[in-house]
Order: sequence, then C-alpha cells, then structure tokens
Amino acid sequence: MIKLINLHKSYGIGSTSLHVLKGLDLHIETGELVSIMGASGSGKSTLLNIVGILDAYDKGEFYLDGRIIRHLNETQSAKLRNQYIGFVFQSFNLISFKNAVENVALPLYYQKVGRRKRNTMAMEYLDMMGLKDWAEHLPSELSGGQKQRLAIARAMISKPKIILADEPTGALDSATSKEVMEIFKDINATGITVIIVTHENDIAANTRRIIRLKDGMIEHDNMTPDMLQKQHDTLYIPQPN
Amino acid sequence: MLIILLGSGKGIENSVHRNFESRAINSIQMWPGQTSVAYKGNKTGRNIRYDNEDFDFIKNHMKGIEYGSGRYYIDGNSIVAYKKEYASMDLRAVHPDFPHIEILDILSGRFFNRFDLEQYSKVVVLSQKAKDQLFNKEEAIGKYVTVTGVPFEVIGVFNPKNDRDKDSKMLYMPISTAQRVFSGANQLHNIAVTTGASSVEESKTIHENLKKLMAQRHHYDVNDTKAINSYNALEDFEKVTTVFRGIRYFMWVIGLGTIIAGIVGVSNIMIVVVKERTKEIGIRKALGATPWAIISLILQESIFITAVAGYVGMVLGIGLLEIISRSIKTDFFINPEADMSVTISATILLIVAGAVAGFIPARRAAGIRPVEALKDE
Repeated sequence: MIKLINLHKSYGIGSTSLHVLKGLDLHIETGELVSIMGASGSGKSTLLNIVGILDAYDKGEFYLDGRIIRHLNETQSAKLRNQYIGFVFQSFNLISFKNAVENVALPLYYQKVGRRKRNTMAMEYLDMMGLKDWAEHLPSELSGGQKQRLAIARAMISKPKIILADEPTGALDSATSKEVMEIFKDINATGITVIIVTHENDIAANTRRIIRLKDGMIEHDNMTPDMLQKQHDTLYIPQPN
Repeated sequence: MLIILLGSGKGIENSVHRNFESRAINSIQMWPGQTSVAYKGNKTGRNIRYDNEDFDFIKNHMKGIEYGSGRYYIDGNSIVAYKKEYASMDLRAVHPDFPHIEILDILSGRFFNRFDLEQYSKVVVLSQKAKDQLFNKEEAIGKYVTVTGVPFEVIGVFNPKNDRDKDSKMLYMPISTAQRVFSGANQLHNIAVTTGASSVEESKTIHENLKKLMAQRHHYDVNDTKAINSYNALEDFEKVTTVFRGIRYFMWVIGLGTIIAGIVGVSNIMIVVVKERTKEIGIRKALGATPWAIISLILQESIFITAVAGYVGMVLGIGLLEIISRSIKTDFFINPEADMSVTISATILLIVAGAVAGFIPARRAAGIRPVEALKDE
C-alpha cells in the first residue's frame, strides 16, 4: 500500500535548511497496524504529512497503492486525500461552528455527495461511535474522548484505505486513550491500514509493528523480514482478475 | 450614493426638459431691435420693423424651414367680453403654424388654418383659463365674443404646454384679421420658424442665413448685434444636453468611486476573516477541499456581503430620493428618479464588485498550506 524509497525532505532554503528525512525506506502493506515512534525532531510528523499527501518531498519515491505520488497539483492531492486517507489529529481539529453531524459529513461534501445522503451516512457513523445522541451538539459541548471519536467517525466516513493518526491520544486521559485504541484496532480488523504516530510506549504496544525513527532514518523496526513475510501471507488477499 | 447622485441628476434633467417641452425644440425665434451701427447711408438708432413680406419670403424661399409663424401683439385695452362676463387678457395674432412652434394642447375645437387667414375670418382660440372666466361651464365653441367691441367666433380652446402660462388668459387670432381690424398694417413683431429634422449644425446655418437675410432686406450691417434679437432653441438644447451628459458621467464616476471604496473595505475584512479561519481552511483541505472549493467558499461570502449591503444601500437611496422629491417642489428638481435600467445595472455591478472584493482574499485562502494551517494554535 505504501512504499517509500530513499525519501528525502528538507525545510527551509540555503543556509537555514534543515534536512529532516535523510533517505528513508519503508514498506507498509494493506491492513497493517503500525506505530511510528521517535523523539521530537526525528521526522515522524514530517513523514506522516508526506504519506498523507499534505506535503511534498524533495528526493526519492513515494508509491501509494501502486501509484507514484509526485508533482501533484493542489486539486489532484485534495482528491486523492479524500479518496484514500482519513486523518485523526491530536487536537481533534473539528470545525467549532458546525455540529457533530455536519463535522462528520464534511468529507462527503467534498466528494460531492448530496445533502440528505451525507447526513444519513453521518448519522450511521455517529451511531457506530456511540455518539448518536450528540448529533446536534457542537464540539465545544463534547468531552475529549467524544471529540476524538467524532474525528474518527469523520475520518472513516469517506471509506479511506488508510487512517493516519498523529498523537491521537495526546489530549486524552488513560481510560479514554484505551477506548480510542480499541476503536483503531476494530477499524484495522476490517482491513484498513492504520498508521499511528506516537511517543508513548503504551500506545505503541497496542500495534503489531513498531517503527522507530531517529534523525530522519529508521532506527529500528520490530518486524524482521521473516515476520513481515508471514504477515504478508496472512494479510494478502488475492485480488480477482 | 450612486442612486442618489444619478437620481438627482435625472431630476434636474427632467426639469430642464420640461422647460424645453413647451416650445418646439427645433425653433428659431427672432425679433427686431434698433441699429447701432451706421450702414450704407442709414443712421444709427433706426428702429427695424418686420412685415408680412419678410415672413412670406422666409416661408417660401428659405431652405430647411418646416413651419413658420409671425406674431403681432395687439396693444391697448384688450377687453374680451361674452354676454355679461368680461376679462382683460393677452391678445396675440399669429399664423396658422403657430401651435407647432409654441406647443399648445388643443382641448376642443380647432386652431385656425390657412383659409381663416386668407379669408380674414374673425375667429379666435381661447385659453382654458379665459374660457372658464367668460363661459363658466358653458360650451364656448361656436359662440361669439367681442374683442374690444368687435365680434369674433370662438373656434377652439387650448392649454399651453408651458407651465408658467397655464394660469394666464390668452387669445389667439389670425394675424391677417388682426392687422386689418386693429390697423396694424402689415407689421410683425416677431418671426419664428422651425427647422424640421435638421441637425444642430444645419439649424445654425439656417439661423445665420436668416440673420443675413434680415440684414439685407432691412439694410443694416449684418454684424450689428443690436438690430436683431434671435434665439436658436436647438442650439440651446444641444448645449444643455451636453452639459447634462457631462453631469451624468460625473455622477457615475463619483458613484463608482464610492463603490470602489466599498470593495476595498469588503476586501480588507475578508482578508482578516481568512486569516482567522486559517485552521478551518486547513482542515477542509485535509479532508479533500480543492483550491477551487476554498475559493468559491470565500467568494460566496464576499458576494453575499456586498450584495446585501449594496441592496440595502440602494433601497435607502431610492427611499431618500422619494422623500426629497416629495418635500421639495421647485421647478428645478422634477421627479428625481433612477429608472429600472440603472437599478439593474447597479445590482449587477454590486455582484461583480463582491467577486472582485473577494478575489484576493480567496486566492490567499486557497494558498494556505494545510500542514502549516493545522499546526496553527
């Protein structure tokens, strides 16, 4: 699903240039549950942004579902994002003047889905997250855990192939964090690739594969090639020709 | 502002047009004066007099003349009587073409014609006011009134188009009859002609030709400005029209200026709004909003603001014009209004203005990078 080959990314120009990703190689299959860990400045957020087609990279290759992602204009990036990727952020990033249903339905609006259908689907997903009763409420009226569940519902509604979560439990207490991780696991069980960036070991322990970044390169991957192959065999679903 | 300015301009224009309406636009009037320059043996201070021959010559030989009428003012005690009623009024003797030159609304009956003129008929046409005073509610056509003792038949009643004359009592009779009855010989006090469909340039030429002709016939220096008084209505009208066109353009410029100021204002606000909503725009982009979607979002808002504010302004402007036109009733300001076409083009202008105002903020919004926007705290 995601193939990164010799990925380089720098910020800034000339003398103030910061070389963040220094030739990263990474291969993530469909259906994996991965956490990316690393200290501040190790490049994990940068990596997430590139995989999420929110930012461009300087050198190397990035393949998403077999397609090379390079030199895309804004419109193309937006469409791909809408199709493939669902985002979950640490600070939830909900639109404060829209209520729960409207927030969840927003990705469908950009898929040009009609109003009634949008709202029906949004209610479905709210229900899945146990938030049906809060449909008309504004984000400010929800607790942290509810907000994150709302964000997850929003990420899921466009039926993405990948969920990217940047410190999803950062603003939540441990009990709520556990709930949220369970939700991610359930999502993953349906075949969706889930990639979580985190700095907490407890959270990472919930995932099958843990990748550590240091200084823009992969320092440690807890899956050896053998284990990766085994995972590939269990995960790989033959596509009908 | 635009509405008020345009409406006021139209109001003044309307009043001037009203003033012009009472007289044929294409008329040239002339009346004789006194020579001030010695010429070909003639002394200065000589009174010039026009006569029937002048008129006939003009009517028959001058090119470009459509209608013509002389005027003869009857002096003295101008009492007109009917049975026991009597009134003193203006007596004017003219040629049959006269209604084409000073516009008269014939209310009943008719004005006199060539036959009346040739027959020296004793017929008169009364103004509405005169008729009311003499006849009250009685039918006047066919009855006889006496003009300074001489009986005349009433053949028509009219109202002058000129607002100022509407309340005056007037009487018109054929000039031939007047000259015979009131011993005016063949004198004319004034000659007026219309120039048909001639252009302004052509009418100026005719005007010059008339002046030359009169100088020739009456033996005075053609450049003697005191010997003749004349007035070319078309020339005047053209001047006025040009002035008003200028005024109208000026009003538009000012109005547009205020609109531009408005655009700048809205634009400024939208830029601030975009800045405030950076995070939201970043989220939308992350969720799949294309740059176009963001632009149309901003444009919709700016067009909405401009259209609503503009519409309110327009309604207020029109309302204000209404109030002004009701409270001020002078001759100089009639029916200030902005007609439909102006209103519609103003509305379109507003929408366009809104789009322009929103353009730069929208571009900024579209250029927001989601990565940075989402980092915004």
